[in-house]
Amino acid sequence: MRNMALANAVATVRRDVRSALPWLLVILISGLVMMFGREIEWLFDPPAKYLPPISATVEAVMSWIADNFNWLMRPMSQLVEVPMSGLRAALDWLPWTTVTLIVVFVAWQGGGRTTALTALFGLIYVTVVGYWEEGINTLTLVLVCIPIAVGLGFVIGLLGFRFRSLRPFLNTLLDLMQTVPAFAYLIPILLLFGFGPAVGLIASVIFSTPPMVRNTLLGLRLVPTEVRESGTMSGCTPRQRFWWIEVPSALPQLLIGVNQTTMAALSMVVIAAIIGGFDDIGWEVLTRLRKAQFGQSIFAGMAIVCLAIILDRITRAYAMRQLPMASHVGLSLGKFAAGLLAILCFTLGLAWMFPEPLWNWPEAWVFYPAEAINSAVDRFVAANGLLIEAIKNQFVFIVLLPIKIGLFRAVAPFTWGFSLTATSIALLWTVVAVASMVALGYGRWRLAALFPVAFGLLFFGFTGLAWPVVMLVFGLFAFQLGGPRVGLFVTSSLLFLLLSGIWQPAMISVYLCTVAVIFCLLVGGLIGILASTSDTMSSIIRPINDTLQTLPQFVLLIPALMLFRVGDFTAMIAIVAYAIVPMIRYTEQGLRQVSRTAIEAGISSGCTPFQLFWQIRFKLAMPQILIGVNQTILFGLNMLVIAALVGTTGLGQQIYLALSKADSGAGIVAGLGMALIAMSADRILQAYLRRTD
Amino acid sequence: MRPDTAGARQDARSPRTAKISCSNLWKIYGDSPDRYFASGLGAASAQERVDAALEDGAIIACGDVAFEVPEAAIFVVMGLSGSGKSTVLRCLSRLVEPTFGEVLLDGENLLDATPRRMIEIRRHKMGMVFQSFGLLPHLTVIDNVAFPLRAQGMSRSKRLRRAAEMVELVGLDGREEAYPHELSGGQQQRVGIARSLAVEPEVWFLDEPFSALDPLIRTQMQDEFLRLQKQLNKTIVFVTHDILEALRLADVICIMKDGLVVQIGSPPDIVLRPSDDYVREFTGDVPLAKVLCVDAVMDKPCLTGTKHPVVGTDMLLEGAMQLFDDRTEAIDVANESGEIVGSLTPVQIIRALYREGEDRH
Ligand SMILES: Nc1ncnc2c1ncn2[C@@H]1O[C@H](COP(=O)(O)OP(=O)(O)OP(=O)(O)O)[C@@H](O)[C@H]1O
Ligand SMILES: [Mg+2]
Repeated sequence: MRNMALANAVATVRRDVRSALPWLLVILISGLVMMFGREIEWLFDPPAKYLPPISATVEAVMSWIADNFNWLMRPMSQLVEVPMSGLRAALDWLPWTTVTLIVVFVAWQGGGRTTALTALFGLIYVTVVGYWEEGINTLTLVLVCIPIAVGLGFVIGLLGFRFRSLRPFLNTLLDLMQTVPAFAYLIPILLLFGFGPAVGLIASVIFSTPPMVRNTLLGLRLVPTEVRESGTMSGCTPRQRFWWIEVPSALPQLLIGVNQTTMAALSMVVIAAIIGGFDDIGWEVLTRLRKAQFGQSIFAGMAIVCLAIILDRITRAYAMRQLPMASHVGLSLGKFAAGLLAILCFTLGLAWMFPEPLWNWPEAWVFYPAEAINSAVDRFVAANGLLIEAIKNQFVFIVLLPIKIGLFRAVAPFTWGFSLTATSIALLWTVVAVASMVALGYGRWRLAALFPVAFGLLFFGFTGLAWPVVMLVFGLFAFQLGGPRVGLFVTSSLLFLLLSGIWQPAMISVYLCTVAVIFCLLVGGLIGILASTSDTMSSIIRPINDTLQTLPQFVLLIPALMLFRVGDFTAMIAIVAYAIVPMIRYTEQGLRQVSRTAIEAGISSGCTPFQLFWQIRFKLAMPQILIGVNQTILFGLNMLVIAALVGTTGLGQQIYLALSKADSGAGIVAGLGMALIAMSADRILQAYLRRTD
Repeated sequence: MRPDTAGARQDARSPRTAKISCSNLWKIYGDSPDRYFASGLGAASAQERVDAALEDGAIIACGDVAFEVPEAAIFVVMGLSGSGKSTVLRCLSRLVEPTFGEVLLDGENLLDATPRRMIEIRRHKMGMVFQSFGLLPHLTVIDNVAFPLRAQGMSRSKRLRRAAEMVELVGLDGREEAYPHELSGGQQQRVGIARSLAVEPEVWFLDEPFSALDPLIRTQMQDEFLRLQKQLNKTIVFVTHDILEALRLADVICIMKDGLVVQIGSPPDIVLRPSDDYVREFTGDVPLAKVLCVDAVMDKPCLTGTKHPVVGTDMLLEGAMQLFDDRTEAIDVANESGEIVGSLTPVQIIRALYREGEDRH
């Protein structure tokens, strides 16, 4: 017995030493590199002449494709433009009352009164502020995109379901489609298809197809075996079984896919406005933002919010209606069609008699107090400018700068009021070394390794670290968590960033995202904890979360920019606003799902409330919370690109610059870099999740 | 040891021909299980093949299964969870493709049938009931029941008429327009039964149809099942893990363990002459008086001329025991045509209840 215990202890120690030794080595090497390599430029920002011409090659390949497949692509883009301009013309011609009432009727059929009222007020807002035409243009793009994306997603999902061997490939493809920022592929699409609304459409289709694919796969996989078998035993042919059994059984999931696809499409349509030329609401927001006309951009942004909420509620209502317990049934198909026809005729007739205001909303009635808002904002900023500025500066100096460029450069008389002397630096490092030794003395080698690594990061900053150091640390970390495959993936992703010459911007992106994510974790986690303990808090938070998540990312920039002007801080606020939602959600959900029995077991074994929370509820909720962390990281990186519009440096800006110069090579490379960072973070977290299972 | 084949004793009541039969039926889950049959059945014995497969870490869901189900009989497959019952059943209907073997339905080998032919057979000859019902959530009761007819391409009015008959047969009239989620478990299974009978199948497969129901409803459904069978006379393969259910319903019981058949026999056979400890384990707690019929324990007719109470061959011992009083030393057993075929004394009953004749270790 004792021998066994001893043998076990020896084995544990041996395993610990085997994992700890590489860290010792890495820390030593890093120390040496950072001490003696400070003057060697290629360790920090390798000059382009040493690097392979990756982005130039991509550029060349892209232009070759563009030159040689022009004859195929251009007609294709014209082909999709026909239905689009047709639909747009029709919607534009119809009286706003007709369109509004039809949407309201469709909303009612799906979800009853609440949904109908939401649609009604949303569309009336769009009309009254005078964005009807822009709204219709946006809506047209979305409406053309949805059937294409849904159809494509369904077929791809079906293929993935039928041919199991396709799935790994499919999963990687979907990951890429959703993590490569859309700006990055706008350029090649522009090259291939030429300017015009087709570009926005194609980008939207690419971005909004993956949710449909995923939901199709999921829905078909979830059809119970016995239901499928009952079809076979009923003598169905494979085709009958598919259309009569599998598709109807998967329908609720498929409709959830339609909802997600719709929201993604809208989000992308708004973003694609950046290439211009379609006179939609996204374009309106963008141009107003660029001119710093906040009042106008708020009104336009609100119109997007209205469209988003309407589309979300309607598609969600139709998904809910398929569930067994649905309360609202609506009319039969025949009556519904008759109702549509009746509304069409009735409103057309009425609008023909009273063209103003029923056909066109008169110019004079437009309610658009943008200037008033502008002056209010100006007054607010003037009154509180010093305070706002102070908050912003403190945060930038104390938190952002050290992580970006390192304590040793950030601490200066101008920012912190003093500078670091050689002695104080030596002192700081001694403290870290001592702490590390103490941790080692207690046998906590992970902590012992964490101290110098974390402090090193803070001391030198993400952009102040030599690339071999970053690679060693992250590579080893990923390897120990997830084994050789994850380690290899992370290391080669970093290698790609290095070789394609985007190391510095990439590190800036990583830094900004890290700060934003840490902020999200702390604040979001706290809010989630509060929401899990108080029902009032939860019911306050939920609609805010819902709105933040349905908002196209673009819109979040407006308030951030309004208050804090251009800069890293503004970008961070915008990222946090978008990425904090999953953290709050999953924390609350995870904590609430901890079973009563576990809590009672804790209470009866004499836990203090504090122990009860941290050692039982929090521990048990951890897997869910980690999923939240994962989502937060992905959301953060996603938003990073859009935040580049408000003037951060980093990969987002690279993509943005490439877009303005129509440099497809640089754009694709930077976009791919972004995706690789996101996928690396994802792989590492997944590996961690698997270990804690 | 090969258990005695079904044919031997099940024909005690009336000689019937086999409706379904299978032989050398194998289903192995693992890497390329076909390699165990590379040269057909060959000279290798079943045991050698089992050993080889287990060695490779493969799962034998069904190994060397063989039995015959006579026309209009209830054949019950029973065993613990994971013993391969469902697999055997699904091999018979080819929902699962057997690795090797032969399945004959009316003399036609189903494993040679083309997909087209299989669909034909399922449309007209087979019906199946599932453990968790397998109803289509988006269809009403009546549409669920009519579904197999729709697959055949029958016109709507005709199939609804037929489905209505079925719904009535299982006692669900009035709930035609309900959706499955609005029904209780027992009612849902009635829908499943009605659906499986809608095409008037000749063979009827039931995979633990009553396992998801609570005990009271289960007994009630069993009664109903027996009533239906009396009316319909289908050839039935019924899967259960409940020995009481098996004894109650079966003409023949097949007991499985780890994919292999352990014993095939009539209910009295199984309880009175279990072939090994595994089977004995199952039947150990069975209240024999409630499952044995008088004909399983009766002796030759004693023609002493004394007047005895007369009972039918299918009376349970429990019932027969109540007929004894101070003056009755035996009862006579008569077959359906009233002819006395045996007699029963209290000593015989006691012997049977204490499982005499079974070799105890
Ligand atoms: N698709 C499959 N792949 C691998 N193994 C399988 C598969 N289907 C069944 N098995 C295995 O075959 C064995 C028999 O399964 P089967 O479903 O026939 O058992 P069962 O007797 O019906 O059990 P239960 O009473 O739980 O329904 C089990 O060990 C099961 O794990
Ligand atoms: Mg089973």
